[in-house]
Amino acid sequence: MKQIKLLLVDDEKPFLDTITKRLEKRDLNVSAVYGGNEALAELENNKKIEVVVLDVKMPGMDGIETLVEIKKKFPLVEVIMLTGHATVETAIDGMKLGAFDYLMKPCDIETLVNKVNDAVEKKRLHDEKITEARIKEITGRQA
Amino acid sequence: MEQSSTERKVFYHILTRKITVLILIVSFFPMLLTTSILFYRFNLTYTEKVQDHISELVQKHSQNIDTFLSEKLGNIRFLARYFESNQQAPQKFLQKHLALLKSEYGDVFTDLGLINENGVQFAYEGPFRLEDADYSNAQWFINAADKPFYISDVFAGLRGHPHFIIAVKVRSKGFNYILRSTINFGAFNSLVESIHIGKTGAAFIINSKGQLQTKSNVGVKQSTIATMVDRSCYKNNETIFAKKQDASGKKYLCVTSMLDNIDWLMIFRQDLNDAYHDFWKTQLLTLVIFILGCIGILFVAFTLPHNIVKLISSADKKSEAMNKQVIESGKLATIGELAAGIAHEINNPVAIMVEEAGWIEDLLEEEDLKECENLNEFTRALKQINTQGKRCKEITHKLLSFARKTDSTINDVQINDAIKEMVALTGQMARYNNVIIETILNEEIPYIRISPSELQQVILNLINNAIDAMKTNGGTIIIKTKTSKIEKNHLVISIEDDGPGIPNDILNRIFDPFFTTKAVGKGTGLGLSICYGIIQKMGGKIDVHSQVDIGTKFRIWIPFQEDVIENKDNENES
Repeated sequence: MKQIKLLLVDDEKPFLDTITKRLEKRDLNVSAVYGGNEALAELENNKKIEVVVLDVKMPGMDGIETLVEIKKKFPLVEVIMLTGHATVETAIDGMKLGAFDYLMKPCDIETLVNKVNDAVEKKRLHDEKITEARIKEITGRQA
Repeated sequence: MEQSSTERKVFYHILTRKITVLILIVSFFPMLLTTSILFYRFNLTYTEKVQDHISELVQKHSQNIDTFLSEKLGNIRFLARYFESNQQAPQKFLQKHLALLKSEYGDVFTDLGLINENGVQFAYEGPFRLEDADYSNAQWFINAADKPFYISDVFAGLRGHPHFIIAVKVRSKGFNYILRSTINFGAFNSLVESIHIGKTGAAFIINSKGQLQTKSNVGVKQSTIATMVDRSCYKNNETIFAKKQDASGKKYLCVTSMLDNIDWLMIFRQDLNDAYHDFWKTQLLTLVIFILGCIGILFVAFTLPHNIVKLISSADKKSEAMNKQVIESGKLATIGELAAGIAHEINNPVAIMVEEAGWIEDLLEEEDLKECENLNEFTRALKQINTQGKRCKEITHKLLSFARKTDSTINDVQINDAIKEMVALTGQMARYNNVIIETILNEEIPYIRISPSELQQVILNLINNAIDAMKTNGGTIIIKTKTSKIEKNHLVISIEDDGPGIPNDILNRIFDPFFTTKAVGKGTGLGLSICYGIIQKMGGKIDVHSQVDIGTKFRIWIPFQEDVIENKDNENES
């Protein structure tokens, strides 16, 4: 199975560093950025990113805004929201806006990895379907 | 606070006193003034009236007596003139004319007699045998001898009966005689006796020597009469009114009037008590009313300000309590915000700590530390860090939810739907714990205007608590809704379980924040206090009844407005 390409977005540097190390140890390809704008830039640069883990509460551009932007520009990238607030409302808002799931901070690393795997699976399924559809379209055109 | 309360007490005290004094002044002065003026005027008028009345009476009667006397004198004088001009046999003349007088005037004239110069009554007509009686030494005869006519004082005389005599000189055939008539004392007496006022008011007549000329029923003693009258001051026809005091100290009224025809005095005497009896009765009544009025004023003056001040102070207290409540809720909101801030700030470091611990765990697995004797301790410590980190997380999350401005968007809610939703949500957990949730929902209950998510939070909390309580043995939860019969315009939600119940000693603490019976780390003690706050905010109330081993029942009252129901009805119709 192809290595998962993951983008972590959080303003809390120590948290981000540690979790990056832990995830890398679990065989994930992790890039880490500290804000919404940087995340968008990173996504632009690195088209291979499949899943974004996004902190809801960040200075500047917050999680929800970032999510909206990501979904606008990269609709196929799955986003998992990470929240310090136990606000069901924000989570639900996030889901409505197209987030794959949400997790509460501090979260179990295994739970996070599982969620990421699920998200990647879904994304890859989507990609496959799209590829298939393209192929069908192209073959159909030829026929 | 202490100081302000004593200050306020002083203020209330002063206020009470001010009102009291004001009431006293405003009511006492006019009352006192009115009463005394009226009293004085009444006194004056009444005294005058009594005086006038008695004086008038006495005057009239003395005139009557005067008239009576002059009339009788006139009669006798007429007889005398008639006798002078008409020479008849004396005995026959007397007989004829006494009969005439008697038929004309009744029993006034007792007898008639003619007396010669020597004082011998040579002719007599009357009931007594007085022919040839010798009057030469009688006082009246001596007095009458040198006057054309004479009215005697009352005396017993020869016949031993009190009587008085009218004597008129007659000149016939060159001789001087005296025509004498005795006036019936009874007839004369009745004139005076008829003056009778009250119990003690009575009149009598005295002669120039101060001797009683009439019978007196009042028991006036001869000795006291002298002290009553000072003859020297009587002139003409004056009636004199005086207040005097007798030897025993009794006060009495004394009205005296001089008779015209004779040197007699008419005296009216009445005890002062008796004369002014009615007046004094009125005086007493006035005094009683005045005193009652004073008592009434005093009562009002001392109770009314007290009550008014009590009302004011209770209003003050209420507003103070309200202020306190406002401050309290403001404080709570501030604390909530503070707590949220702290919780959020702590959440991140805790997350980092947990992650770092996890990282060490990861690394431990990687390193070859099999021979390290403390490996087990490392793993245990890291696990502990993890557990405690999770505990922190739980607390901060609860704190956040306590402080968070929940979705308080207010909607018209049919609470039955909200309850059904919550029952469905907890269904899984209930089944897992052998708990059956029954609902008895009255579909008639009106819509209420509240925040649905807050209500759900409350109901969910109560259901969760009930399930927690019955975890070991399972049980039944019954949720009922209906319109309240006790509170007007309220609906009731009751959540009843047959679990172990809540012991009495902690029953009144369950709504306190941070009070929990759960094991350390299992509960924050905020659930019910959040519920309490939410229900309070809705204007409702929540109470709890519990019996150990029988179960616990929570009841929630939430007010609804009539207009909401009406609106809903209208909408349903349209």
